[in-house]
Amino acid sequence: MAVKKIGGQSLVFESRPCVASWAAVVGPMEGEGPLKSEYDMIMKDSLFDQDSWEKAEQKMMQYSIELALKKADRLPWEMDYLLGGDLLNQIITANFTARVFGAPFLGLYGACSTLAEGMILAGILIDGGYGDSVGAASCSHHDTAERQLRFPTEMGVQRSQTAQWTVTGSGAYLIRSGETGVRMTHATVGKVVDYGVKNASDMGSAMAPAALDTIRAHLEDTGRNAADYDYIITGDLGRRGFDSLKTLMAEEDLPANNLTDCGLHVYGGNQDTHSGASGCGCSAIVMGPRFFKEMRRWPRKKLLFAGTGALLSPLTSFQGESIPGIAHAIAFEWTEGENSK
Amino acid sequence: MTDQERELLRRHQDVLAREAGSRGRERARWAEKRKEIEQAQDALLRERGRLYLVRSSKTAAKVPLVKNMLWAFGVGGVICSVGQGFVFLFQRFGLALKDASAASTCVLIAIGAFLTGLGVYDDIGKRAGAGSIVPVTGFSNSISSAALEFKREGFLYGVGAKIFTVAGPVILYGVAVSIVVGLVDLLF
Amino acid sequence: MMLLKAFLLGGLICLAAQLCMDLTPFQVTPAHVLVGMVALGAVLSGLGLYQPLLDWGGSGASVPLSGFGHVMAQGAIEGAREDGLMGALRGGLTAGAAGISAALLTGFCASVFFKPKG
Repeated sequence: MAVKKIGGQSLVFESRPCVASWAAVVGPMEGEGPLKSEYDMIMKDSLFDQDSWEKAEQKMMQYSIELALKKADRLPWEMDYLLGGDLLNQIITANFTARVFGAPFLGLYGACSTLAEGMILAGILIDGGYGDSVGAASCSHHDTAERQLRFPTEMGVQRSQTAQWTVTGSGAYLIRSGETGVRMTHATVGKVVDYGVKNASDMGSAMAPAALDTIRAHLEDTGRNAADYDYIITGDLGRRGFDSLKTLMAEEDLPANNLTDCGLHVYGGNQDTHSGASGCGCSAIVMGPRFFKEMRRWPRKKLLFAGTGALLSPLTSFQGESIPGIAHAIAFEWTEGENSK
Repeated sequence: MTDQERELLRRHQDVLAREAGSRGRERARWAEKRKEIEQAQDALLRERGRLYLVRSSKTAAKVPLVKNMLWAFGVGGVICSVGQGFVFLFQRFGLALKDASAASTCVLIAIGAFLTGLGVYDDIGKRAGAGSIVPVTGFSNSISSAALEFKREGFLYGVGAKIFTVAGPVILYGVAVSIVVGLVDLLF
Repeated sequence: MMLLKAFLLGGLICLAAQLCMDLTPFQVTPAHVLVGMVALGAVLSGLGLYQPLLDWGGSGASVPLSGFGHVMAQGAIEGAREDGLMGALRGGLTAGAAGISAALLTGFCASVFFKPKG
């Protein structure tokens, strides 16, 4: 019997796996943003001494994983599993990064929700007793994403007001069984939701209904209220999608005053990114450096992270298909174990 | 997922199983029924999308229309005056107006490619929009940016193939329309 | 004076294209704009409406890509008058050859000498 599942789509982590450590490696533009002092490494340019942006992206991911492991005093091959993904075709960044580590690897694609997907699966692996330390990482690079999904980077295209800036950055999280720290209590696996948005420059609007769907399901399944969390944090809706989500939540009578979005925390207002940040790296470089870090000082010490993804493909866009969205939610709680008191 | 969508999906599954398990005329009848349900599903999806777009367009960020118009007008105008300047220059060297104009176009094309290579043209285009797309320098930019971007994939399948990403459609429809125009002119 | 006219006409054509981009609900990419302008220029040229613009605004009409469409259409018309069907097939591309070749050549050179900066 599925004893660890509650409600329609949520699961309970009985052993409460712990986010033992994290690291973020980012590009130069992110390195000028409001979180600049929190990042472990800032690349001096978008090429990172490599001969292509794709290789630079792989290096970012590799370094973030190594640094996260180092903080927990672990060697790369001591991971029981590595879970990772990115935005590029055939998830090449994750695949080629995993080549470096001698760790069992599962490649994931959930667009920008990949980090949440990886964390949920890491939690399941640990809670099921299949491993003790699992790495979850996701990564994006502005230039590799633009040339694959939109236009050549040197083409004189006017970006629309709703467009978001794909983050150049990678975040890695080491999930372990443990007692003290940021621990995963529940997760809600999202459904693919499509509200017919076709504009590839307005992915926030495409993802907002998915975020609503998952947050609502999470609250119903767990019997919690939005106010039980200090923050409910969406992955990368950006300014436009965030406004859409607030409107949608108001219509459903869900309070949204503790709602925030990772895409609003990466860049400063003067960085001309229009609707904020997006990409696999967006939530990955914000969750740890911005939220996990200070969680112990919050009144409720709880947050809900809803990683959002726009399942966009240039191929289906050309065929006139709309952009489906998905969101996966994880509830985190800061707890202090018996032994460490 | 709404109850209506669930009900449709349940019926779809049922009909699909019957279609798969039958032959001949009966199968065709089930297929007919399956298509009806699929159309209803698509209609629901479209309707939901329409409602969402109507609702979300109310909160949409405004396009800075006046700013865009001024930039497009200004930059487009400046590029055309530069072109005119080259025409005067070439005329002074003794070229006929038509040849001077063609030469001026080629110079602008080269300037567009050069600025693209320097990485400046996309910064202009970010603000100027149509002002830097419509002039022939924009044509040059779309060709050279594609070529430049795919240099790392090699000179055959990278530069060679991708250089026509935008040039291809422009040449194709330019040629197609001009042939039609030529023939229409011939016939009438 | 001619410079001012070129500025005004060229600016107006770009302005019109900008309005098409901003005021339509579709996502209009540079490829749409470029193809649209070439086709529009060729059609206007066939109707005899583009030559007056050129006479008035000079480069203001020839530098926008609609001018390229005009050149190709005039080439096809001339070819058709001389050689009939074969001329119509040949004329457009012949007239546009210099521009296309220049763009391809300079684009190729850019890819050889520069690196994309992102």
